[in-house]
Amino acid sequence: MNELLSVNGVTKHFRGLLAVDKATFDVAEGEIFAVIGPNGAGKTTLFNMIAGAYAPDGGSISFAGERIENLAPDQICRRGIARTFQIVRPFPALTVEENVIIGALLHHDDVDEARERAHFLLRRLELYDKRLQIASSLTLPDRKRMELARALATEPKLLLLDEVMAGLRPTEIDRIVAILRELNRETGLTILLIEHVMRAVMALASRILVLHHGAVIAHGKPNAVVRNTAVIDSYLGAEAVS
Amino acid sequence: MPIDTYLNVAVSGVLTGLVYGLMALGLSVIFGVVRVVNFAHGEMMTIAMYIAVTLFSVLHLDPLVMLVPIAAVLFAFGYVLQAGLINPFIGRPEHSQFLLLVALAIMIANVLLIVFGPNAQNVQVAYSFDSFQFGRLIIDATKAYAALAAIAVSAALFIFFRSTTLGTSIRACADNYTGALVVGLNVNRLYALTFGLGAACVGAAGPMLLLIFDVTPAAGPAYTLLAFVIVITGGLGSMPGALVGGVLIGLTEAVAGLVFTPSAKSMFAFAILVLVLLFRPQGIMGKGAA
Amino acid sequence: MIRRLIAGVPARALLLLGVLFICFAAAPWFVGDYLLTVLILILYSAYTGQAWNIMMGFAGQLSLGHALYVGLGAYTAAALYVHFGLGPWIGLAVAVPVASLTGAFVGFLAFRFRVAGVYFAILTIAFAEFARVGFDHLGWTNASSGLFLPVAQYAYNDLWQLRGHPVMFYYVLLAATALAFVFCRALLKSRVGYFWLAIREDEEAARSAGIDTFHYKMVAVVISAAMTSFAGVVYAFYYNNLFPEQVFNISRSIDIILGPIVGGIGTLFGPILGSFVIEIIGEGLRSLLELFGIDVPGIKQVVFGVVLLLVVLAMPDGVWPWLVRKLGLTERRA
Repeated sequence: MNELLSVNGVTKHFRGLLAVDKATFDVAEGEIFAVIGPNGAGKTTLFNMIAGAYAPDGGSISFAGERIENLAPDQICRRGIARTFQIVRPFPALTVEENVIIGALLHHDDVDEARERAHFLLRRLELYDKRLQIASSLTLPDRKRMELARALATEPKLLLLDEVMAGLRPTEIDRIVAILRELNRETGLTILLIEHVMRAVMALASRILVLHHGAVIAHGKPNAVVRNTAVIDSYLGAEAVS
Repeated sequence: MPIDTYLNVAVSGVLTGLVYGLMALGLSVIFGVVRVVNFAHGEMMTIAMYIAVTLFSVLHLDPLVMLVPIAAVLFAFGYVLQAGLINPFIGRPEHSQFLLLVALAIMIANVLLIVFGPNAQNVQVAYSFDSFQFGRLIIDATKAYAALAAIAVSAALFIFFRSTTLGTSIRACADNYTGALVVGLNVNRLYALTFGLGAACVGAAGPMLLLIFDVTPAAGPAYTLLAFVIVITGGLGSMPGALVGGVLIGLTEAVAGLVFTPSAKSMFAFAILVLVLLFRPQGIMGKGAA
Repeated sequence: MIRRLIAGVPARALLLLGVLFICFAAAPWFVGDYLLTVLILILYSAYTGQAWNIMMGFAGQLSLGHALYVGLGAYTAAALYVHFGLGPWIGLAVAVPVASLTGAFVGFLAFRFRVAGVYFAILTIAFAEFARVGFDHLGWTNASSGLFLPVAQYAYNDLWQLRGHPVMFYYVLLAATALAFVFCRALLKSRVGYFWLAIREDEEAARSAGIDTFHYKMVAVVISAAMTSFAGVVYAFYYNNLFPEQVFNISRSIDIILGPIVGGIGTLFGPILGSFVIEIIGEGLRSLLELFGIDVPGIKQVVFGVVLLLVVLAMPDGVWPWLVRKLGLTERRA
């Protein structure tokens, strides 16, 4: 198995609160990997450490063979990891197009080239018609797809999605799931996602990691994880398993 | 230079610094709670100083005696200003707030210029040239009284914020705006109250400072800057910090003025500011890392 | 490259710009000496406003101490002229690195140590004040007594030495303002410009998109400082006397930012329009007061303050965006 991302014994404290407790897992190249768990389980903290927003207090993170746990967010993006935010962070006063162009400029020096790339992605994500709208005027689903487009524009090998389905209606969720599946299939894009929406998790993930109080309590294929008693007790609830 | 001179200058600096601290306390309260960058802070103090000058020249009333009424006037001024003009600007970007307060500062400074003329004015009270002597230490009476008054007013403010319901409500707003709204606090009124209190601080500090320095209509900006330096050095959100910062700056200025030249003294205050911003941005007594 | 500069700009706007420029170029033939000096002030203010706007409007860093760079430019060029007889353009060649390095220093301190927002603004004030007091004691430039440039009768205009009739300064500033305008437009449309906008809008999100925000903020500061120093050089040779108390004064820094804030931060045309508005209001007030025979020092400033207040209240984004909306022009806010 070709590991793209390797997380080893990563730990994070926030003033006495243990947010992440020796998390260890690998993400293989080309797979879609989901991280689930109750609120406060440490999922976003874990993400933030992979994305470079925080440095772990212990353990290491490797990406494509290189240690990245002490790098800054922009350095990590340049190495091929893109992320979205739990609470969407567009560039509010800029147009949709400009938002995505900024992402594309990372690997395309020429503005016109970056614009071409941006348009391609916007068409893919069905936002092309709104490309000249100001970002702050978009609806939430559109903003999420725009942020996704911006992240994709940086040409990542690994995409980190933080609760990208939150607040979306089922049709919207299906739309994004389809887009992600397509991208994964066509380009081999590796995706690591935090999700609460089990519908999306089950539709996408080839493997799932479950966090609870900062520690990994289950890890493996979706069908197995979902039937794991610890996971059911702490998070899913008996009704969720059908 | 004999050690006596240094000692006297240092003590003098500390005393003046206490008054600076009160002035800065007002800014700390405003900036810390309402989060408005009050670039008209110094100008508000010059208003207070001129009121004191007028009362003195017309009614021969000692500035320290008129402390409370003048502070009350400034309180009202601050309250109305915040409620009427500044409130809509609270969420706005810094440069908007800045421009609003600069416009105010320009207006205040020039109205004072029109009314009082450009020449420096001061007050000569009965004890202007008195001093106390403790062994080799000589302390100006004016500075001593001013410092004592500053301590008294600051103490009153501390007690207000710690022990009264109103004071606690204000601190709640500073801590968590949305939370305050949710529990039903009338945040707008509290903001106006806070701004008024901050104005009252300079309303009190002004007359005190008048015993030590002259006043001109253009004196405002230097004091505003000084207040910011002190607040940042002492630590935003810390009331004792404002006084500590004030004393530190007062001391530095006095000693620097002695060792180097008096006109270069503000350089040291700025040097301290730069060092604080770089190495300890939360200030000497600020809470936690920024 | 010109094609890219004008892409997306409606023909109407280009025509208007062209007309405006021609008016300005022809103005000296139609206005008297006094109005010429007013126009010079407007152009000076428009130029420095644009330079400042790069840091604030494009990259989002509020500098309230820009007089520092004006002063450094002015004193460097003036001192070289007075002590070594070196002309202003050579002085400029020295002033630009001096200002750039200073800007880089301020930027480095601020950005490495995460000083942002209001604190950054206060830091910039502190540096300008530091320079003011410092130069007040600097013997080489005559300290607080002031540095004076030898003035000759301007029988002819010497562009190389910047000695001559105000008209020469007018055209120098006009050229500078126009070039700055084109330069700003080019910057905005370039990769750097986009990254600046991202940083201005949301620095954390920008970093997550791979932008080295420290690097690009430094670029903004250095370019802004370098451009501003040119204004300082012109200042020195136009007024021929420099006092630290005046040149580095915080009110100078405030003057620099009034234009862009009133005109519209972050827009291309805002700083220029704003400079006009400010100057016209100032002159208008002065003339009005003269008309009524009121000669009280300070009245003009009070009214000026009131007008400023009204502009801030009524047009929070600035006059230019308001005008654009009213006139239905299509230049979108940068």
